[in-house]
Amino acid sequence: MSRPGGAARGGAGMRLRGLTRKEFLQIVRDPSSIAIAFLMPIFLLVLFGYGVSLDAEHVPVAVVVEAPSPDSADFVAALRGSSSFSPRDMAGMAEAERALLLGEVRGIIRLRADFARRLRRPDGAAIQVIVDGVDANTARLVLGYAEGAWGTWLAARAAASGQTLTRPADLQARIWFNSELKSRNYLVPGLVAIIMTLIGALLTALVMAREWERGTMEALMVTPASMTEVLLGKLAAYFTLGTGGMLLTVGLAVWLFEVPLRGSFWLLWGCSSLFLLASLGMGLTISTLARSQFVAGEIAIIATFLPAFLLSGFIFDIGSMPPVVQAITHVVVARYFVAIVQTLFLAGDVWSVILPNAAALAVMAAIFLAITWKKSRKRLD
Amino acid sequence: MWQRILALIQKEFLALLKDPKSRVVLIVPPLVQLLVFGYAASFDLKEIPYAVYDEDHGGAARTLLGHFQGAPSFHQVATLAGEAEIAPLVDTRTVLVVIHLGPRFGADLAAGRSAPVQVIVDGRNSNTAMIALNYVRSVVDRFNEDWIAGHGLTGPPARLATRAWFNPNLESRWFFIPGIVGMLTLVVTMLVTALTVAREREQGTFDQLLVTPLRMAEILIGKTVPGFVIGIAQATLILLVATLWFRVPMLGSLAAFYAGLALFLLSGVGAGLLISALSATQQQGLLGAFLFMVPAVILSGFATPIANMPPAVQFLTLFDPLRYFLVILRKVFLEGAGFAVLVDQFWPMALLGLVSLSLAAWLFRHRMY
Repeated sequence: MSRPGGAARGGAGMRLRGLTRKEFLQIVRDPSSIAIAFLMPIFLLVLFGYGVSLDAEHVPVAVVVEAPSPDSADFVAALRGSSSFSPRDMAGMAEAERALLLGEVRGIIRLRADFARRLRRPDGAAIQVIVDGVDANTARLVLGYAEGAWGTWLAARAAASGQTLTRPADLQARIWFNSELKSRNYLVPGLVAIIMTLIGALLTALVMAREWERGTMEALMVTPASMTEVLLGKLAAYFTLGTGGMLLTVGLAVWLFEVPLRGSFWLLWGCSSLFLLASLGMGLTISTLARSQFVAGEIAIIATFLPAFLLSGFIFDIGSMPPVVQAITHVVVARYFVAIVQTLFLAGDVWSVILPNAAALAVMAAIFLAITWKKSRKRLD
Repeated sequence: MWQRILALIQKEFLALLKDPKSRVVLIVPPLVQLLVFGYAASFDLKEIPYAVYDEDHGGAARTLLGHFQGAPSFHQVATLAGEAEIAPLVDTRTVLVVIHLGPRFGADLAAGRSAPVQVIVDGRNSNTAMIALNYVRSVVDRFNEDWIAGHGLTGPPARLATRAWFNPNLESRWFFIPGIVGMLTLVVTMLVTALTVAREREQGTFDQLLVTPLRMAEILIGKTVPGFVIGIAQATLILLVATLWFRVPMLGSLAAFYAGLALFLLSGVGAGLLISALSATQQQGLLGAFLFMVPAVILSGFATPIANMPPAVQFLTLFDPLRYFLVILRKVFLEGAGFAVLVDQFWPMALLGLVSLSLAAWLFRHRMY
């Protein structure tokens, strides 16, 4: 929108520098922007990196043995031998059920009185496993652990007595990229994406609205600076700040949490920059459309964190969602970055994952910035 | 005095609802989000994409693979002819699981030896990998049972008889939807409270409020009531959607639900007003809202159990009101709990609410700019 003519073009570089400098001064004067870029990533990453884990170890389970025998002792020893369980002996089902209801144990393993006798009959004995299904994921984990302990016990028994095989097809699993199935290795890269979404959107969600609300936008309008230059000035300042936050987060992930970075750092940098542009663009769009800081803040609270947390593939598998919801996830910017970051950290430079996602980020960034640019004309209304 | 408070409450409601954009933001997104998140939040896998690398081609191998083809949770996307084809498929996330049967699979089985089934799982998302592996294991177990029965072998001397209480099919949606109800209620209280005082500070109207005859307690009540009322209304709507649309069973008493909700709103509004009272600008208020909301959600035990957290972090969760509310929601919805079981969840929220509200009231007067 700058007027054609030599004078206007000649001053463009200087005006842009001036505007960027103004944004930096504003950032320095209200330290909350700096806190968003640097304090928030450290705080959130340390808290979640240490705090959040899906790996359950030493799950408390109640063990009810109704008639102790060498066989039952053998089985309980197998339970104790697994680090997944911390078994607690209970006198009877009534006590165990109470403990389960109070949440003191996650499951009950019960050997009935006829366990030893039925073991020697052709149809075999039943080992009753009861889990608290409210937390379905932990319940499934407990069932899996119980199955593991049971299998170990069976194999040991078979080996001891020279019996025929009990498992014709024997499952041998290999987990690629994260052989120990450490959930931190997948949660931390995902967190990098979530935190970056918050930084990007929070940094810019209020800036345009603030200028409108305080009337300084009108002051900017009477200067020779074009709206494009005003936007570029803001983008440059917050992009620099966001890049700092991004480097800090990646650094913490690699050095503090020792998540392997198998892909190239420069590729990560490039993708992060695209992502940062997209999420800064989202913030600017919110800010421009809302016009008031209060509404912009409300939209930022609603539109950034929960969608990025739940719809990005960070926690819940996108492929298992219903098709309509899968379609909706395509507008969540974090979705593309989560895919890139998980692949770059754990698998390496897999171009067929990175290129389409990076392209999607570029498109999202372009759309958001275009909306902002179109909606922020020099106009009073 | 009541007249003054009523006038103030009316003003607060106007400030929230006068702007049509703000009105829309308060009502529509939480409901839309419940619908979308309700479908998204599940650890159950559907149509796990897998590839088969069968070097055996015998009858036993075909039977085992037939078990996978028949399982609704699995969806075969490729048949491989060589080892080299595995890596590209897994790397690009085309498949989550590769099932590899060696050339001696059928021969081993026929000879009465254990035949290895090699399974490769993409571990980038370790939770998904673990769940997928459990699914694979149950399919292989079923094949083994059939094989033992069909070939007159003696089965294992003991088998597991498993049962899940309260949620027999282990549907994780039932676990998550009460959690989403709690999270969205928290978000709504943050929306209503976190920026109010900060906005008045920024615009200078808070100073005007302080020089009116209104007492601190009255200002506090005036600021608390809108968050409370809007929170109750939103939570009721969300509850209706959860039970009528998602058909999550509501076994417990509504009274226990609303008692828990009221205390949760008290502590949530308290936290929001405290953040707002600490902030000089709305930008700071927004930052504060996120610094509270994000940890509150992640440390609440919504997706990752509190029992898995290290002791220091478990201690931190004691200050998270959402932690208590989630326990109440899950127990009331799925276990049919009444008041007596929930007392331990009620009083910490009441305490958090009282402390944060008193601090906020004190800050109204003492933090000046």
